[in-house]
Amino acid sequence: MTLLKVENLSVDFPTPDGLVAAVHETSFEINPGETLAIVGESGSGKTVTNLALMGLIPLRTANVTGSAIFETHDGPVDLLAMNRNDLRKYRGKDMAMIFQDPMSSLHPFYTIGDQIIEAHQVHNKVDLKISEARTIELLEMVGIQGAATRLRSFPHQFSGGMRQRVMIAMALVNNPSLLIADEPTTALDVTVQAQIMKLLSDLQKELKMAMILITHDMGVVAGAADRVNVMYAGRIVESANVKDLYANPLMPYTQGLLASVPRMDRPHADRLSAIPGQPPSMIALPSGCSFNPRCSRKSEVGASKCESQMPNLTTRGHEHFARCFIGEGV
Amino acid sequence: MFAYISRRLAVSLLILLTVSFAVYVIFAFLPFDPAALTCGKNCNDPGIIEANRHRLGYDLPFFTQYFLFLKGLFFGRSFGEGAALINCPAPSLGYSFQQHACVTNLIGEALPVTFSLAIGAIVMWLALGIGLGILAARFRGRIVDQLSTIFVLIGTSLPTFLTGLLLMVFVVIRWHLIPFPSGNYTPFLENPFEWAQILFLPWLTLAFAYAALYTRFVRSSVIDTSNEDYIRTARAKGLSESVILGKHTLRAALAPIATMAGLDFAGLLGGAILTESVFNLPGLGRLAISAVVKYDLPIIVATTLLAAFIVVVMNLIVDILYAYIDPRVRVA
Amino acid sequence: MSSPIIEVKDLHKFFPLASQGIFSRVKGDNKAVNGVSFSINPGETLGLVGESGCGKSTVGRTLLKLYEPTSGSITFEGEDITKYSNSKMKPLRTKMQMIFQDPYSSLNPRHTIGAIIAASYEIQNITPDGGVKKAVQELMERVGLNPEHYNRYPHEFSGGQRQRIGIARALAMKPKFIVCDEPVSALDVSIQAQVINLLADLRDDFGLSYLFIAHDLSVVQHISDRVAVMYLGKIVELAPVGEIYKAPHHPYTKALLSAVPIPDPVLEEKREQIVLSGDLPNPANPPKGCVFNTRCWKAKEACFTTEPTLHQVGSSQVACHFPE
Repeated sequence: MTLLKVENLSVDFPTPDGLVAAVHETSFEINPGETLAIVGESGSGKTVTNLALMGLIPLRTANVTGSAIFETHDGPVDLLAMNRNDLRKYRGKDMAMIFQDPMSSLHPFYTIGDQIIEAHQVHNKVDLKISEARTIELLEMVGIQGAATRLRSFPHQFSGGMRQRVMIAMALVNNPSLLIADEPTTALDVTVQAQIMKLLSDLQKELKMAMILITHDMGVVAGAADRVNVMYAGRIVESANVKDLYANPLMPYTQGLLASVPRMDRPHADRLSAIPGQPPSMIALPSGCSFNPRCSRKSEVGASKCESQMPNLTTRGHEHFARCFIGEGV
Repeated sequence: MFAYISRRLAVSLLILLTVSFAVYVIFAFLPFDPAALTCGKNCNDPGIIEANRHRLGYDLPFFTQYFLFLKGLFFGRSFGEGAALINCPAPSLGYSFQQHACVTNLIGEALPVTFSLAIGAIVMWLALGIGLGILAARFRGRIVDQLSTIFVLIGTSLPTFLTGLLLMVFVVIRWHLIPFPSGNYTPFLENPFEWAQILFLPWLTLAFAYAALYTRFVRSSVIDTSNEDYIRTARAKGLSESVILGKHTLRAALAPIATMAGLDFAGLLGGAILTESVFNLPGLGRLAISAVVKYDLPIIVATTLLAAFIVVVMNLIVDILYAYIDPRVRVA
Repeated sequence: MSSPIIEVKDLHKFFPLASQGIFSRVKGDNKAVNGVSFSINPGETLGLVGESGCGKSTVGRTLLKLYEPTSGSITFEGEDITKYSNSKMKPLRTKMQMIFQDPYSSLNPRHTIGAIIAASYEIQNITPDGGVKKAVQELMERVGLNPEHYNRYPHEFSGGQRQRIGIARALAMKPKFIVCDEPVSALDVSIQAQVINLLADLRDDFGLSYLFIAHDLSVVQHISDRVAVMYLGKIVELAPVGEIYKAPHHPYTKALLSAVPIPDPVLEEKREQIVLSGDLPNPANPPKGCVFNTRCWKAKEACFTTEPTLHQVGSSQVACHFPE
């Protein structure tokens, strides 16, 4: 059974300079309990994809098309076809989201207890006492000591790592089957990042919850993901099982990305291998493959082909897909 | 919280003392002889002047004068002696020779008028400004928003005296929407209906200008707040738009309005000079203006001090209120 | 062995905690840098790593006398500059430059980048051979910017390009020593590598010395000759780059290294991670004895009573009673 099946998701933002295709015809699936990582650099469309699924992109500012069939407590629904008011029933209940900056993602004027209790109350017609007990249970589960008293603290009285724990508790209060984590550790120190990633993976196993992990950190992906989608300029350029992807990256962008990460587990080289050039402007994408101006391997198939045609995402072995003319049809 | 309030209280007292001293210094070293002013503009009799100087204590050294002034505030003060003894009980702000009255009494008569004017106006402009501001933010770029922009433009560019006159001419005289405010100011306790009827136009006049400012401020504050990450979090929880706006956005967006409203209210209490003049209301503003025209120094000193006092006290109230609204301030 | 270009001894920088109003007591100091000593040789790069709040950026700024040191000494090219006034520092400022994390906020948005870089020459009051414009364009080319973009404004550039502008501006001063404060933290991964490579090339070409401040250990590894690890205002370990990653001696270094995820799912699966519990203690009130004792799994009695000092263990210097 598939938990979420996204097909041909596109998000276009009309701007004075023209239409920006932030996400272009993206399709992917996620199974119950699975972790899907979406990696890419800023502007690659990884965050927009997920905001669209959560219905968090203001309708006035964007055109969202495609379908996203999601298995909810009411049976399967299409997240993208539903009106925003109906979507509220599932948002925060069947799917929840945590964000990059735990500092600004909590309301500064309300206690963390009030904020979590509120999240429980929206979806459960129960007594406040029950919601409070559930909140304490969750806070203990995410490792906040003295939860019963910490409940009455305000966000500014917590450190960054603790605030992210609060966000996680809030997201999990209704036992969602899907958690979307948007760069959950980017704003945190590395030792705190290790704490949070461990917590997420433990909770995920315990609650049998699927997770979409959005990140730019190839290291975090390696430790946490089952499958990986690599995005570049609004498109998925490679999708594979995590071990396949790291052992055998097919798209030159993925290869470059993996090679450019400084690694401590290898004897240190004098130079890092870098991808030349800059990420493209989303308003004026290059013709052909979006990556072609930075690609060092286009001569292998003839540069003119890469510069004029957009390759399709095609299958390259067991559940391994790549968008590249190199190795296509082999 | 208690430590915070007591510390703020102590600071406020210190500020008040400094302000009173500064005001006293300024007026003491003005190139006027306060004693000469006591007997009117064209009075040249040195005998009367010297007698008044002695009566009012202007012959004493500066610091003694200031000390007597402060003492009068707490214990009352007598001027002159024998048959001509005038006693102004505490809090005494001095004695106006031109009006033959203790300044405290004069202020006691004028303050309720100004307070009535200010309180009604602030209720009106808060209701109008916040309401319109929220609507404009919610329906950004639509017709409500555009109408509010026009309102803001007119409200901020029309001077109060013109608004007052226009309202008088059209609302009362031309269109007969409300009856002509007949007679003088009536205290609320005497006849609340008449009180409101007489003050209605002045309220509207004042509220018009402020409401425009507040509309603009509330609109941008609501828009800024609704772009905050924690509003996105609230939406991700599955809250309805009305709860998000009412509970999450407005609490944060309107917090700065409390500060603004408190200070504007304090400013008005010091005397809404133009509005009081246009509508002939015997408030503090008019008291101060007539004192300035007549060089009635004790009243000028007293009204200036009172205005400063109100601003300091309102600042204190606003700070405490803000600490209540925003928990981040509390721990400090 | 040549004499170091910069040397600090027992450097302290305390910030008085903001007092509230005039009636409150002073609540003590934030001991941001609490006794730090190191030296950097010509052409050498010292990496300085640690988590936020450990005082690494304060070290960088105090070295350049952007902050007045509370105590200790700073020696630049044999000159004790600890007590130097601003005017006395002025001629030295060109030799000691800084590159920031967020280049955009340090570039005047109303000036063209040509003007921004050229300002460095004006400050030194020199006219380079062939004119300012030619020199600026050569420099732009050297740091990988298109010299034709001389007349463009900062907002027209991407993050990586802006960092190059910041580097060009620093280079125009002909510095000998550059403090790089998190120079690649705000950049995308594929751009990070470009900028690190550029910084390494420039160092080799111009014989520069760097103090390279970062929170990312893997980035530091690629550019540093030696690495210092800071925790709560103190250096807990200082070692040659080959040594510190292979055989960390301080428990904190070990934990920090183990927390960095390795981009290899197979290795990640097998790897044992040390997950530190708790948060950083308050730097205004550091723990007695060893500063790391609240989070250390090896702490024994001595760690709570006596403060360990940096001592030699193999080729590393470690401040720990029970080094690995």
